[in-house]
Amino acid sequence: MAQAAAVFRAPWAGGYRRLPPFVRETLRWIGWLAVALGLYTLLLLAYGRDPVQAYSDILSSTLGSTYGISEVLVKMIPIVLCALAVAIPARVGLVNVGAEGQLFVGALGATWATLAFPSLPGWILLPLSAASGFVAAGAWAGVCGLLRARGWLNEVFSTMLLNYLAVLVVDYLIFGPWRDPTSSNYPQSRLFPAAGWLPTLAGTRVTVFLFVAVACVAAFALVIAYTRWGLEIRAIGGNPEAARRNGVSITRYLVILMIIGGGLAGLAGMGEVAGLHHRLNPGVSSYYGYTGFLVSWLAGHRAALIPVMAFVMAVLASGGDILQITQGLPYAAVTLLMALILFVVLAARARKGAKSQ
Amino acid sequence: MSGPLLSLRQVTKRFPGVLANDRVDFDAYGGEIHALLGENGAGKSTLMKVAYGYYPKDGGEVWLDGRELDLKSPADARRAGIGMVFQSFTLIPAFTAAENIALYLPHLDLMPNVEVIEKEIRDRAVAFGLEVDPRAVVGMMAAGQQQKVEILKLLLAGARVLIFDEPTSVLPPHEIENLFAVFRRLKQAGFAVVFITHKLHEVLECADRITVMRRGAVTGSISGREATEDALLKMMFGGGAVEARRAQPPVAAEPAPALNLEELSSGGAGLPLREINLEVRRGEIVGVAGVSGNGQRELGDVVLGLLPITAGRKWLFGEDVTGWSVARLRQAGVAYVAENPGYMAVAPGLTLAENFAVTSPRAYQLAGGLRVDWARVSADMRRAYGALEIEAPDPGLRAGALSGGNLQRFSLARELGRKPRVIVAVYPTRGLDARTANHAENLLLAARSEGAAVLLMSQDLDELFSLSDRLVVLRSGRIVGRSRPQETTQIEVGRLMTGGG
Amino acid sequence: MTTVIALGVVAGALASGVSVFYAALGEVVGQRAGIVNLGIEGVMLVGAATSFAVTAVTGNVLLGLAAGAGSGLAFNLILGLLVVTRRTNQLASGLALWFLGGGASTLIGLSYTGTHIDGLGEVRLPGSGLLPAEWSRVIDQDVLVYLALPAALAVTWLLWRTRWGLHLRAVGEDRMAAFAAGLNPSRLQYQALAIAGALYGLGGAQLALAYTKTWQEGMTAGRGFVAVVIVIFALWRPLRTIAGALLFGGAVALGLQLQVRGLPVSPFLLDMLPYLLTLLVVLIFGRPKAFAVPMGLREVFGGTAK
Repeated sequence: MAQAAAVFRAPWAGGYRRLPPFVRETLRWIGWLAVALGLYTLLLLAYGRDPVQAYSDILSSTLGSTYGISEVLVKMIPIVLCALAVAIPARVGLVNVGAEGQLFVGALGATWATLAFPSLPGWILLPLSAASGFVAAGAWAGVCGLLRARGWLNEVFSTMLLNYLAVLVVDYLIFGPWRDPTSSNYPQSRLFPAAGWLPTLAGTRVTVFLFVAVACVAAFALVIAYTRWGLEIRAIGGNPEAARRNGVSITRYLVILMIIGGGLAGLAGMGEVAGLHHRLNPGVSSYYGYTGFLVSWLAGHRAALIPVMAFVMAVLASGGDILQITQGLPYAAVTLLMALILFVVLAARARKGAKSQ
Repeated sequence: MSGPLLSLRQVTKRFPGVLANDRVDFDAYGGEIHALLGENGAGKSTLMKVAYGYYPKDGGEVWLDGRELDLKSPADARRAGIGMVFQSFTLIPAFTAAENIALYLPHLDLMPNVEVIEKEIRDRAVAFGLEVDPRAVVGMMAAGQQQKVEILKLLLAGARVLIFDEPTSVLPPHEIENLFAVFRRLKQAGFAVVFITHKLHEVLECADRITVMRRGAVTGSISGREATEDALLKMMFGGGAVEARRAQPPVAAEPAPALNLEELSSGGAGLPLREINLEVRRGEIVGVAGVSGNGQRELGDVVLGLLPITAGRKWLFGEDVTGWSVARLRQAGVAYVAENPGYMAVAPGLTLAENFAVTSPRAYQLAGGLRVDWARVSADMRRAYGALEIEAPDPGLRAGALSGGNLQRFSLARELGRKPRVIVAVYPTRGLDARTANHAENLLLAARSEGAAVLLMSQDLDELFSLSDRLVVLRSGRIVGRSRPQETTQIEVGRLMTGGG
Repeated sequence: MTTVIALGVVAGALASGVSVFYAALGEVVGQRAGIVNLGIEGVMLVGAATSFAVTAVTGNVLLGLAAGAGSGLAFNLILGLLVVTRRTNQLASGLALWFLGGGASTLIGLSYTGTHIDGLGEVRLPGSGLLPAEWSRVIDQDVLVYLALPAALAVTWLLWRTRWGLHLRAVGEDRMAAFAAGLNPSRLQYQALAIAGALYGLGGAQLALAYTKTWQEGMTAGRGFVAVVIVIFALWRPLRTIAGALLFGGAVALGLQLQVRGLPVSPFLLDMLPYLLTLLVVLIFGRPKAFAVPMGLREVFGGTAK
């Protein structure tokens, strides 16, 4: 009897274990995604919505046309950059919850540079604007890193509270000093000069920032994998106690990686104002900072997985816009699905990490 | 006289690679103060932790008052009436004394009547000389007060056998007297008091019966009245002379010592070092003897540059390196061999090559840090292993995949294979099996004969005597004795370590 | 004039601070058990939406309050699945709970945006009508304001006068020590999460039923995070959370008063006051003396830095 059970089980267990690690990982992901989608389906049913219709709406609107795919890419750019803003500090154990605020500050910095030097040619203005956004957001986040390194305040609180402040600062400017006098109804800054617009790709709304995002992911992967700094970062992340004894300066990395992370979120902000809106307005971010946080944790802060997870989230985000129209579901309905996925993945992954916790 | 209250029969306890207790018999009677004496690592604590249900035993029996106990956890032992005070207390610092005691009460009311508990505490406190303020926060108490809380905790929980692990190690001298007075009152009230120690004069002062352990086995049990210092020392350390394994020191008449600590005091967490004067010359091993927790780890950390130096100077080959960072000191040729490398020296998730490179990443960088010359890292790693005549594992292997012994070999290869000028070795053989430990010792000797200056912390006097050119004894963060192995005896060093004679 | 403004600020501080107070009180219970919950924001939103929906449907505001507390309790237990049973990273799990709550509350409140309810009325103390209006405004508060002090006292009693509280605090200080003392840390942590969740839900319900009397997506505006910070400021003591919540509420009310009085400062700058004040307060009080902070939280916030 026991033998029969063993025979019955063997092909399953053995077969799965014989698969290459990459395939196993993919299968696991599909399993987790299925659990999350299953829970979400129950929820939709409870709400009297047609889940099949909802899922097919999401898929057909995003992946069913060139335009749909291009819109997914439009959302992917800021999501990837914000995910990097979370993932890079996370490699030394920092939890950056402030990508949303850092994005706003980056948008602010970019807007300032663009409106302050409107007559510069594009090839100077755009880099200047990007640098301004990076520096502003990097400094904004760097303060949190410094407070943490000094042991004064945990970065979770500082970055989170600064999110609310960043939004209010932007609101203040576009309702106040920066308000476009010609648009009386809608609070927003003046329109950027054409030189301050990011070039787009062949008739889509996708900007050249696509390449910037790709380059940043690649740089992150390469720096972590190949450089001396990457080695030291992995040493800190792997065992801070040993790293300290081996002569790695931990506090320096806490501050620098926070600055770089914040700067990348700021770059996302620059990409939004210079690429899509061409001005600063309150809608500069559609929860990209928070979505980036989800993506980074889903990807385990690994560069290779960030674009994949960002793609999934961008599909859901684009789909969320469609569901508002077709199913009368608010955008929050997809954030619910995103959170469910993170929940399932966190719980499933912990099995391995439970002992080290 | 009736039978023993606590009786251990043929208790055996194994840890990976170590036989901590080898068929040990032990009896403790009610109305008796029983000292369990032995060196560090003799197996005393392990034996008592088995009796307390803290470690599951691999063989033997635990009897209490004529009943065999089936101990699955300390809670079982406490329920039966066995209580133990650990060396590091198990109190919750933020709680008051009364709260800590209440937490262990077997029958606590839903809404505890604090006054009743406090009164009970005060009653016991008066009876046994354990005066503490039940409302005081334990974390703010001195160690002696905390110890009293621990004892009260056991008494109120109904313990009849009270086991103390090194109870005097945390106390200043006058409080030791108080503790012994408490012991005597407990004895008069019929409790069995067992205390673990390695301090001879304490044993002679207060024990009714003394059981001596050495290397996991009992070497003898005598009554307190018959015991003499020499008899006990012989039982503790054995009579045999230890063969010196060091060769003649290389003729190195260098004017400046490799490492020189001058009136050095340290701050930071842990035990502060006080006015340490210590020189280590090239081609010399200086052994640091001491009961663990007397500043050995701090001494290693100070040399490595981890702990802040509050007074005094640190010199390396005549250069003042007092304020130098770890990275800078390592670059200047300081190496550090840690105990428990999986926690102190190596990131388990990184490969061996990565762990190898991380102590001197700048040395392997290419293009200003954009690349790391992994080929050279691997070659150096192989060379380092080769220099130590060990077969090198695959540099691409994850460090976490290695066993404890192989991890320590890796750590030794990394630290010694680069021909460091100064080596700090802190308990380098702790937890290793005999073969690996022997290998590690040989590596340190080889480094010495190649001209390295070695500072060796160890709890094993045999090891210190066989390897060291000179010995210093550390107690409470101070150096309390200096000698050469051939001019002293283990008994004499043991005396200095334990503050006797 | 200044008296009028001052009284307005006090009245406003009570009304706008009380939701933060209940959240912080719940978080005291949670953190005393060793769990930092960054998802309070989400639980509050669920509590607010549920209580509003139930009140709108039934017209019974007490039923609404109960629904707010109950939904908060149930929703907060989800966190237990992650951080207690699966031992996941508390900070990431809390934020996931926040996203989940944000989404769920929007769905719950979907058809109630713009709905009118009478909401939780003020308690009319006898004699308050005899006072001048600006004075009576201070004492005419909803019942949850009046229950704040008893609630804080009750939690204090629970944590420091009962066996359960002793055990719970032991778990929060040192999970292993509690286990060694024969306790079941996981069960105690779930119980703490349940109580905390009910209090978060109550805080959210107060916001929707009494303070704004509307439902709006994301209406908590960071109050859940402020609550976590207030717990630090309050040194994990229930009664002190009242002071922290009043400080936050006072900053909100001051900004509103100044706006109403036509101060020539942008309302957005005034809106920053509560957040800036919270940051400042935690910077000053965020490094409490020894033994104030439950030791179990160290590993949560420990991370890499010393």
